[in-house]
Amino acid sequence: METHSKTEKTGNPIWENVVIARAQDRPTALDYTQRLFTNFVELHGDRGFRDDPSIVSGIAGFEDRTVAVIGHQKGKSFKDRVSRNFGMPHPEGYRKALRIMRLAERFKMPIVTFIDTPGAFPGIEAEERGQIEAVARNIMEMFQIKVPIISFVIGEGGSGGALAIGVGDRVYMLENSIYSVISPEACAAILWEDAGRAPEAAQSLNITASDLLRLKIVDGMVEEPPGGVQKDFSVVVSRIKLILSRDFEILSRKSVEELLSERYEKFRKMGPYKEGTTKTT
Amino acid sequence: MGWLSRSHSKEKTSEKKIPEVQEVERKVRIPEGLWIKCHLCRQIVYRKEVEKAGKVCPKCNYHFPITIDERIAQLADPDSFVEFAGNIEPLDPLKFTDSMRYPERVRLAQKKTGLTEALRIGVCRINGRMAVLGVFSFGFMGGSMGSVVGEKVVRAAERALELKIPLILVTASGGARMQEGIFSLMQMARTSAAISRLHENAVPFFSVLTDPTFGGVSASFAMLGDVILAEPRSLIGFAGPRVIEQTIKQQLPEGFQRAEFLLSHGFLDMVVERGKLRETLSLLICHFRQSGTSRCHSEGDPEGEAPVRD
Repeated sequence: METHSKTEKTGNPIWENVVIARAQDRPTALDYTQRLFTNFVELHGDRGFRDDPSIVSGIAGFEDRTVAVIGHQKGKSFKDRVSRNFGMPHPEGYRKALRIMRLAERFKMPIVTFIDTPGAFPGIEAEERGQIEAVARNIMEMFQIKVPIISFVIGEGGSGGALAIGVGDRVYMLENSIYSVISPEACAAILWEDAGRAPEAAQSLNITASDLLRLKIVDGMVEEPPGGVQKDFSVVVSRIKLILSRDFEILSRKSVEELLSERYEKFRKMGPYKEGTTKTT
Repeated sequence: MGWLSRSHSKEKTSEKKIPEVQEVERKVRIPEGLWIKCHLCRQIVYRKEVEKAGKVCPKCNYHFPITIDERIAQLADPDSFVEFAGNIEPLDPLKFTDSMRYPERVRLAQKKTGLTEALRIGVCRINGRMAVLGVFSFGFMGGSMGSVVGEKVVRAAERALELKIPLILVTASGGARMQEGIFSLMQMARTSAAISRLHENAVPFFSVLTDPTFGGVSASFAMLGDVILAEPRSLIGFAGPRVIEQTIKQQLPEGFQRAEFLLSHGFLDMVVERGKLRETLSLLICHFRQSGTSRCHSEGDPEGEAPVRD
């Protein structure tokens, strides 16, 4: 898995998008948490094995509500990034996230998640501790959580490791973020045995916010200032505040049955196929 | 992610000389002949004996890959399997092109396998008891899950829920289907959501993992069985072994990601030999039925329900 991409200019606008999405100075989940919410209390640990620093979680205030916050955390300095495993969680990270979601459900707090990961970590210990089980369980149980879930892809949405905290009633992408089933490098390595052709793969895969909006996978795109969110974080923060404020209001009026059946139907529809002669999208 | 490198590069890598057994196993085609060479123990074995054991090596218990039809024949009562949703086929929502257009790749796989997609689903009987059965074909684009496979898993689950009969899915998959991009990722959500509904309604789901089961399939519905079974030595994991080796720059321990490894780490309920799979599933179906009054027998069941047609 390639966590660091080449940064040279390719003249390919999609690749420049990928570079921005992965940029080290891009705000992280904790940055958003600090700026969007008040009185954040970080909660740690999966109660089974350890605290995975690749995922941060806790509770915080937003307007007159208490919300639960969960996000991948890539880290800032090199040391921080290493200790956070570049935002690639182990199973215990996902189990921590699920624990916080269940806690939020018990206390009727809506959940906000920030997606920013190259993917769930591919390693020996991750496999031993059941990466597949942890990811699968989170995805399934997110369909059962009886409080609203709003997700933002803030940087990199790397496959199942992203989706494991990304089953939201509303899912938004920052304008320069990406969301994909496979990293462009890995895709290129498979298709052409040449990870260097990642820009082409990125194009084929349709991974940008505007692609996913067009494909109706996400509900909206949060505009960024030219050059990326780090150029003017405040403006992006205020846009997200407006979205949260509006969505909490809309979603909190729904009954639990409505909320869960709409969440089911939202994802149920994703995947076009043809049946006999009819096409479904 | 990396699991795809296993499935899609299969044909390419099989040309090269790769000493690892797991790579060689993928392309096993039992030749037309009286004798065949087992790809695990490398002994020459009598073909009929292998066939009789359900394509299992009599010397070392190596489980050869089998087709969907062979699997159905081994698990379901004769002529009881009635397929449904057999006419759904993939679209090309991303207009994905690599060296070949995606629709052509699909057509090629269809021609090669005689299947419309990598998964067939149907209602069948196992020792007289009804179940929804779905079987993957690794031969169809690495058993990868795109929108059609996802849709079929969902429909299989919905049918099981509607009929209140168990769902059995036999997986063999490299993971998500890259050519459908984000749609293939979303199949993890759809299928897991469908299994969630079975859980909530106490409709049993038995997940049978076979060699290999990876990525988007293992990290979604396949690990959500009420009971999870696997065939011996099946490779099961999140990321493919080569991806992990490249990431950690270390050799992987012996037996890593094999079914027995998952069993010992607590992620499977049992490893079941192919010859015992039908009997085991039959017993499970019996134990999990709602009105369990009479005792369960692994062999045969006199009180079968009326047959259901699609």
